[in-house]
Amino acid sequence: MSYAVDVKNLTKRFQGHTIVDHIGIRLPCGQICGFLGPNGGGKTTTIRMLCGLLRPDEGEGVCLGLDLGRDADKIRSRTGYMTQKFSFWEDLTVRENLEFVAKMFAMNHVEDRLRECLRNFGLTLRADQLAGELSGGWRQRLALAACILHEPELLLLDEPTAGVDPKSRREFWNEIKEFTNRGLTTLVSTHYMDEAERCDKIIYIADGHIVAEGSAGELMEKSGAGSLEESFIYYIDEVWKGEP
Amino acid sequence: MTVSFTKICAILKKEFLQLKRDRATAAMVVLIPIVQLLLFGYAIDNDPRHLHTALLSRDNGVFSRTIAAGLKNSEYFRVDEEVASDDGGRKLLQQGVVQFVLTIPEDFSRNLVRGRGPSLLLEADASDPVTVAGAVGALNGILTTSLRRCLNGPLSFLGKSAVSPLNIMVHKLYNPEGFTRYNIIPGLIGVLLLLTGMMITALSLTRERERGTMENMLSMPVTPIEVMCGKIVPYILIGYLQAAVIILVAYFLFDIPILGSSWLLALTLLMFLMCNLALGFAISTAAKNQMQSIQMTIFLFLPSIMLSGFMFPFSGMPQWAQAIGNCIPMTYFIRIARGIILKGSNFSEIWRNFWPLLLLMLTTTAAAVRLYRKTLD
Repeated sequence: MSYAVDVKNLTKRFQGHTIVDHIGIRLPCGQICGFLGPNGGGKTTTIRMLCGLLRPDEGEGVCLGLDLGRDADKIRSRTGYMTQKFSFWEDLTVRENLEFVAKMFAMNHVEDRLRECLRNFGLTLRADQLAGELSGGWRQRLALAACILHEPELLLLDEPTAGVDPKSRREFWNEIKEFTNRGLTTLVSTHYMDEAERCDKIIYIADGHIVAEGSAGELMEKSGAGSLEESFIYYIDEVWKGEP
Repeated sequence: MTVSFTKICAILKKEFLQLKRDRATAAMVVLIPIVQLLLFGYAIDNDPRHLHTALLSRDNGVFSRTIAAGLKNSEYFRVDEEVASDDGGRKLLQQGVVQFVLTIPEDFSRNLVRGRGPSLLLEADASDPVTVAGAVGALNGILTTSLRRCLNGPLSFLGKSAVSPLNIMVHKLYNPEGFTRYNIIPGLIGVLLLLTGMMITALSLTRERERGTMENMLSMPVTPIEVMCGKIVPYILIGYLQAAVIILVAYFLFDIPILGSSWLLALTLLMFLMCNLALGFAISTAAKNQMQSIQMTIFLFLPSIMLSGFMFPFSGMPQWAQAIGNCIPMTYFIRIARGIILKGSNFSEIWRNFWPLLLLMLTTTAAAVRLYRKTLD
């Protein structure tokens, strides 16, 4: 099996605190991997290290066959990263934002790709609206459209559906499933168990350590829990038991 | 490191679009120079009257009495005090009680009559340079008119002679460079470009960081040089626009011509703007939020106006202050701008101040590129 991401011993410290502690992640190509864990567990930091936004203090590995340390720039151009907080320019229109992203990724045939992308995400009618005026669900669509625009091979989504209504979430996931069918590898962090159940693989992370990983079925079986949510709580409790 | 022109243009376009939609900043860019210029220009344009003056007369002849009477009758001077010694006059100047001390030397009348061209000494508190410049001119007129009436009969040759029968020695205290409105305008260009240039770049970058858009930009394949070019070029254009506004207002409202080459001035402006924008860029890499970047801008702005020769004459500052002043781009810009605008200096004449500015530009730009972080660490 080939892996889109294969890293080990990934470590990040901030002011003496170890946020991510020697973790290893393997993402099989063409799969959706759910990244679950309590707040402050190191999800965002891990994702940022994978896309070159943070330099790991320790650890090595490959992303898309490129060295994590040396080829950060090349990894960036083949990865789509969606930030936890909406991070597009609110004083630019939807079209202007997408155009900017297209140019940053040095894309060809920008016009055609933009038109296609706007249509696919149902943004055509809102193309000339300022991004700051969009509601939550539409912002999410813009953000996803922007990180899929340059046809990346790896998608890193950091809580993409936080605060989004169930219908929009469902549509969002259908979208991602479709990309995956076309060969895209996705790592998505979330707090929603129904979303986790749709993943091919799930990773539980707490206190900077990987607690458990496997398919939803495997995790429930190993923990003897009746639902995925119970298995999550079981594993996190295991970690926190020793602490005051 | 490859530099993509398309990416730079994309950032540039984004900046302009954002600026266009940010009315407050756009207004700041155009209005601040105009308001400041009008304030500075008009506040110092008053023609002062009734200037407090002390008279130190060591001569009791008829002519010195005529001069004293002429001064008292003029609207320009007001003789408040008659002092008996040099020290007395100095003390009044020092305390700011009077702005001028006029000394009539011993044997003034006798020397005048003998055609020896005696001198009057005018000591002036030149911290208000415009007043002094006007007062010296006025004193000339007053002396000529009041003396003419006495210089008749056998003395009429003195009044007719092409050479003035007496000299006025002006001794400027506290402000030997004698700043005038003319001197202020080039400095003002510097001050405004420094403040707005530094702040606008620093803010535009810290705003990106504050709103999280920086994280987005960093996750894209774009190099520090590309970001910097895209961020700086729009503000160079804006800086030119500001400079043009100031120079036009100065020209039409205050009759200040540019005596030297406009191209040379434009080149100097470019280097100065680059310095300021690079400093703003550097600030943004250190500041955590917009508030901090404003504070840091002011922290850098103050020494630039205090120690560059804008506010106080450079030669009058202590050694350590001059040493700091020598590291400030503004110091060289003011000298060059004054040279070009007021004296019509050419390239070889400004070279002495040109190369340090060039050096500072290269240093600040290099520092800014180095400080720019490609990651969120």
